[in-house]
Amino acid sequence: MVALAPRLLRQSGGFGNPAPSVACPAQRPARRPALRFATPYYAVLGYTDHMEKSAAQAAIRFGFGLAPNDEAVADPVAALKAQLQGPDPGLASGQFAGLPTGGQAVDALRADELQRKAILSQGLDLKGNFHPQTAELLKADTAAQLAWAISTPASFRERLVWFWANHFSTSIQQNQCGGLIGPMLREAIRPNVTGNFTDMVLAVERHPAMLRYLDNFVSIGPDSRLGQRTHRGLNENLGRECMELHTCSLAAGYTQTDVTNMAKILTGWGIGLSTAGADATGFKYYPNWHEPGPQIVMGQRFDGGEQAGIDALTFLSTYPTTYRFIAQKLVTYFVADHPPPSAVNHIAGVLRDTQGDLGAASAALVDLPQAWVPGRKLKTPFDYVVSALRALPPPPDQPPVNPAGAMAGLGQPLWSAPLPNGWPDQAAAWDGSAAILARVNFAYGYTGRFGDRADGPQPMDVAHAVLGPLLRPATASAIANAGSRREALTLLLTAPEFQRR
Amino acid sequence: MNLTRRTTLLGLSALTFGARGKFALADAPGDKRFVVVLLRGALDGMSAVVPYGDANLASLRPQLIPPAPGQRGGMYDLGGFYGLNPSLPGIYAMYQAGQALPIHAVAGPYRTRSHFEAQDLLQLGLVEETSSINSGWLNRALLELPADPGSTPRGLAAGIGTPLLMQGPARIGAYAPDHFAIPSPDLYARIVALNAHDPLLGPAITQGLAAAAFDKSVMSDDAPNAPGDAPKYAGGFPALATAVGELLAAPGGPRVAAFQLEGWDTHGNQVGGLKTPLSGLDTGLTNLQAALGPAWAQTTVLVMTEFGRTAAMNGTKGTDHGTATAAFVLGGAVNGGQVRATWPGLAQNQLFENRDLAPTLDIRSVAKGALAAHLGLGQAALARVFPGSEDAAPMGGMIRTA
Repeated sequence: MVALAPRLLRQSGGFGNPAPSVACPAQRPARRPALRFATPYYAVLGYTDHMEKSAAQAAIRFGFGLAPNDEAVADPVAALKAQLQGPDPGLASGQFAGLPTGGQAVDALRADELQRKAILSQGLDLKGNFHPQTAELLKADTAAQLAWAISTPASFRERLVWFWANHFSTSIQQNQCGGLIGPMLREAIRPNVTGNFTDMVLAVERHPAMLRYLDNFVSIGPDSRLGQRTHRGLNENLGRECMELHTCSLAAGYTQTDVTNMAKILTGWGIGLSTAGADATGFKYYPNWHEPGPQIVMGQRFDGGEQAGIDALTFLSTYPTTYRFIAQKLVTYFVADHPPPSAVNHIAGVLRDTQGDLGAASAALVDLPQAWVPGRKLKTPFDYVVSALRALPPPPDQPPVNPAGAMAGLGQPLWSAPLPNGWPDQAAAWDGSAAILARVNFAYGYTGRFGDRADGPQPMDVAHAVLGPLLRPATASAIANAGSRREALTLLLTAPEFQRR
Repeated sequence: MNLTRRTTLLGLSALTFGARGKFALADAPGDKRFVVVLLRGALDGMSAVVPYGDANLASLRPQLIPPAPGQRGGMYDLGGFYGLNPSLPGIYAMYQAGQALPIHAVAGPYRTRSHFEAQDLLQLGLVEETSSINSGWLNRALLELPADPGSTPRGLAAGIGTPLLMQGPARIGAYAPDHFAIPSPDLYARIVALNAHDPLLGPAITQGLAAAAFDKSVMSDDAPNAPGDAPKYAGGFPALATAVGELLAAPGGPRVAAFQLEGWDTHGNQVGGLKTPLSGLDTGLTNLQAALGPAWAQTTVLVMTEFGRTAAMNGTKGTDHGTATAAFVLGGAVNGGQVRATWPGLAQNQLFENRDLAPTLDIRSVAKGALAAHLGLGQAALARVFPGSEDAAPMGGMIRTA
């Protein structure tokens, strides 16, 4: 079931001087075809029933897996869809109360800059004297958002949050975005996960986290008033990536001129202090930085001003290739590394028919029969750590666990994807022998916390509770015959049915 | 036929590839080392190897040019037209020893400015994606080498994560420093058994254990760290390069390795932003040379990136996505101490699409030249490694023959 890639209508680039101009491809080819198993996984592992509509499969496939004390669910499909109703449960829970708004994080970043300058101007060492507020904000947000991912009763809804946060990837490693990413999740992602895609795009591209990460906060129209005065100019990073990675993708066939024009349209979208009239998220529009319009992007004319950016992003977020692109990513994330084209077509169709209703698309994922075949996906390090801590909550009398540290050790440090296309979620990126061995060693290290205390988790009970009918006889037998509770729990966390989804 | 790494690991395709391996056996010297360093994010070639002799450079990017050779913190002069970035002293030392060959105005055969599409194509070794080829060219090159002599795979992915360059039917190993507690051999054995029938996890765990044991045997001669010392391989390219260099140097160890480094996407404040990644690259390559010891004489290293950056500085003292860039070939037998380039010029009408350094050399020519001269791959083998690359003839004169 490998998608045949449409041939690209494109010439080789050619070498020489100057090389001919080559337009972008009319159609992006399908990704590389599957590295297929010789025998289907479920057959190898002894599953006879391809479709497994159990609560365990629902939680593992769509969410972060079951916790031992989760209540029994009679209708897993209905329970998943129920998670798509209402406001974001994390925001509603109050667990993020006290964490900053984007605007407060922008102010904190400015305060840090002033603090740093003051220390240096006194001739003091930064070490020992500089205590950046933004580092504290990042720490608090990391703890709160991971704790919620591990404990949420609505883990399908939560995996959608992390899917979109990775689709609109930002990184704490660049442009001092650390304090801003938590606010972006809370202000731009969480409120829109079951809403309209255009609303999410607009909220994200206006958010200081994205404006900093992709450099738009310093991009200035060359013919703007500031550009004329200072000879500063464009930075096309956000202009390009909002097209390629966030919305219409290369499949739209746009040109370099379209990218440059999109960057011009977004000039003036910047960041401001709360005292300087920025909105609550820290966004501020600077008319004097804005390249005067009109600009043409993919044949569409946008006249200028702040509204031009809103109009252009609305155009891009509803472009036909956008729906196909995000459908492909959603189905790859939830169904299979190389999903059947019919499944992608179906989700793209739902997005098109509803003009980007993400709640409807998410519900349609649940209705895909292919999503109920167990074991098709390998958990990413993020999924693996969250699901392990969910299955085996740490004993209360021990030092708190550091899930972010474990993720970093397994190769996926939180909010640190090296490039703006975010982390891959296909097995080929994570199944290297060193990476898999690191998982095994993490499992052994973590289960050491449970020692052999009589009041600790009973491995066989946990195995049945979190894997349900997916628990294989071989794993049950290995757990039953393990030499210690720690070893039994290690075997549970390293069994294929736990490492896969 | 869609043979996969998994099926190969399960022993299902050994016969298919064994036959081809035998042909290669005749002339491929087994002790040559080949290392590829992939710079993800698009290195600005004109910052790494600065064409300061081009009269148009100063007007295009006045604030991006390092001080002139001879000045404080200045470039290292590479023969009067090019200067090496001051953050690359180790590469300059290799250049002076005739062991570093900077190459300029080079690009992949594709003309996309998408990082992600270009990185894929660079690693696949293709002009465009096709449904029939999904393995990296370095993996395909491994298929052309003699069959793995022992249990150690000839190819090694350095660090966590296997780059596409190394993915494919040829068996590869992986090395990443370990940070976690280690289960007993007995528990490992039970974990292996539990995963034995999983086509993906089973082989990965088995191989990971084999690599770890191999690593221990290599390290056993080392003096133990004093208490309180930082772990020897704490992370980062410099440390990883030392560890992998030792693995490559060992008898019976891997012979082909790939690294991937990030941090090159310098859209803003590029001069400062390039210092750390360039220094890390330079230190790592120096460490790799030191760790290889005498085996450096048998080693060729190719440093490459997906594309270059705009010739002109952008509005934020950085550069945006471009086309041609620089690459490096390094090693004890490399015919270095010179810059190889057909310089296209930087006048407005000489730039590619009026904005980028124009490409005059195909990166596949560089890779094919190295595979041919260093690993002894013949014409037919090169055509299998880089299908459809007839236009990109192997670059000659890259390796000293004396």
